[in-house]
Amino acid sequence: MDVNKNSYTFGFAAIMVIIVAALLSVAYIKLKPFQDRNVELEKKQNILSSVGINVERENAEAIYSTYIKRELVLNNKGEEVEGIAFDIDLGKEIKKDKNVQLLPLFISEVDGVTRYIIPLRGKGLWGPIWGFISLEDDLNSVFGAVFDHKGETPGLGAEINKPMFQDPFAGKTIFEGEEFTSIAVVKGGVTEGDMHKVDGISGGTITSVGVSDMLSERLTMYLPYFNKIKPDIEVDSVFSAMDSVVTVNDSIIN
Amino acid sequence: MSKDSLFSKKNMKLLSDPLNDNNPITVQVLGICSALAITVQLKPAIVMAISVMVVLAVANVLISLMRKLIPSRIRIIVQLVVIAALVILVDQVLKAFVYDVSKELSVFVGLIITNCIIMGRLEAFGMANGPWESFLDGIGNSFGYAWILIVVAFFRELLGSGTLFGYPIFENLGLYEMGYENNGMMILPPMALITVGVIIWIQRMKNEKLIESK
Repeated sequence: MDVNKNSYTFGFAAIMVIIVAALLSVAYIKLKPFQDRNVELEKKQNILSSVGINVERENAEAIYSTYIKRELVLNNKGEEVEGIAFDIDLGKEIKKDKNVQLLPLFISEVDGVTRYIIPLRGKGLWGPIWGFISLEDDLNSVFGAVFDHKGETPGLGAEINKPMFQDPFAGKTIFEGEEFTSIAVVKGGVTEGDMHKVDGISGGTITSVGVSDMLSERLTMYLPYFNKIKPDIEVDSVFSAMDSVVTVNDSIIN
Repeated sequence: MSKDSLFSKKNMKLLSDPLNDNNPITVQVLGICSALAITVQLKPAIVMAISVMVVLAVANVLISLMRKLIPSRIRIIVQLVVIAALVILVDQVLKAFVYDVSKELSVFVGLIITNCIIMGRLEAFGMANGPWESFLDGIGNSFGYAWILIVVAFFRELLGSGTLFGYPIFENLGLYEMGYENNGMMILPPMALITVGVIIWIQRMKNEKLIESK
């Protein structure tokens, strides 16, 4: 048989492509449920870890429902809309116009303390980066942050999913007085006591900048909602203060 | 068909040659891209080495089995399809059953497909030799690739971050208190190239076969 005839070459190519395509499609379809399950559990694991609860992936499901009390879907005016927050694909949402984006928000209650978890999504050097940042109920102080990435450079940008990078976010604030500042990831050392900056990663500058941009872009989207619920939270805390303090101080209410 | 036994001297040479005399990285200077990209830490370097080994051995055998059927004008494309299909298949299986390993591998999947060592071996060896020889050649070459990767990663992680497999060696030795500082340059790609260069230098100094006649 002459393997260099044109007809043979075309035939060979066609058959090879069909076989490979069929093989890969079958593998993809058969394995998809297992893969989706892993991704879902990992998301739950990440959400939990942003509020300081570290669990094995297998246990994430059960523990998630214990601690995550509410899942909201918001629009950019800060109003609640219909939808399932957990199923929102942020990767698709951030490509939409700001006015029609759906914003998922998770509210956790751990040991009686309410925290707000905001999912993040942005661009790294090689591909998407994402994460979750949890705010204390003053909607200003960061309780914790987790980040992850699709394919940042190992040892450099990929370090954003390590505690070394994530831990310094805890305790930072996203507002300076009334003004929204976000948290910037900076090069070359953060001065002690700076509430709005964390150290970047040497050799991972573009990923670090990506994290900065992602935080500021995503958090900005939630500001209308924060403004809406902040007065309620403040009133709540004043009331609880009043409960514990017998003499009511007028200045608190002002 | 050769009548050699499976582990004949000739066959064993297929395994040992790429380790030194005909090393894919230091002698043929192939696969440099991944050698630079993923040698910042030891663990990913080892994961990469194992992945390349699996893909190279299996692809070499497959191509060798098909070698008499492949039309020579599209042979490179056929090789590439075989490699890409294998890599994607392995990646899908890992994602479904060993998710953590697949996350570790994520970035390398593309790098494996484009690794010139794999295509180089398929074209130079798999296309012309039997399946068993091709298998040995694949394993030999991936070991040749692996040891360079691991040596480079060892020095880069140790000198660049002061750790090995993430374990803080230098911190525990108390070097930082004595005023030692990590060399940040080591974690940047140029130092990988220089490290590979140093290995090539030492190898050419020691290995007489590689010394060019004047």
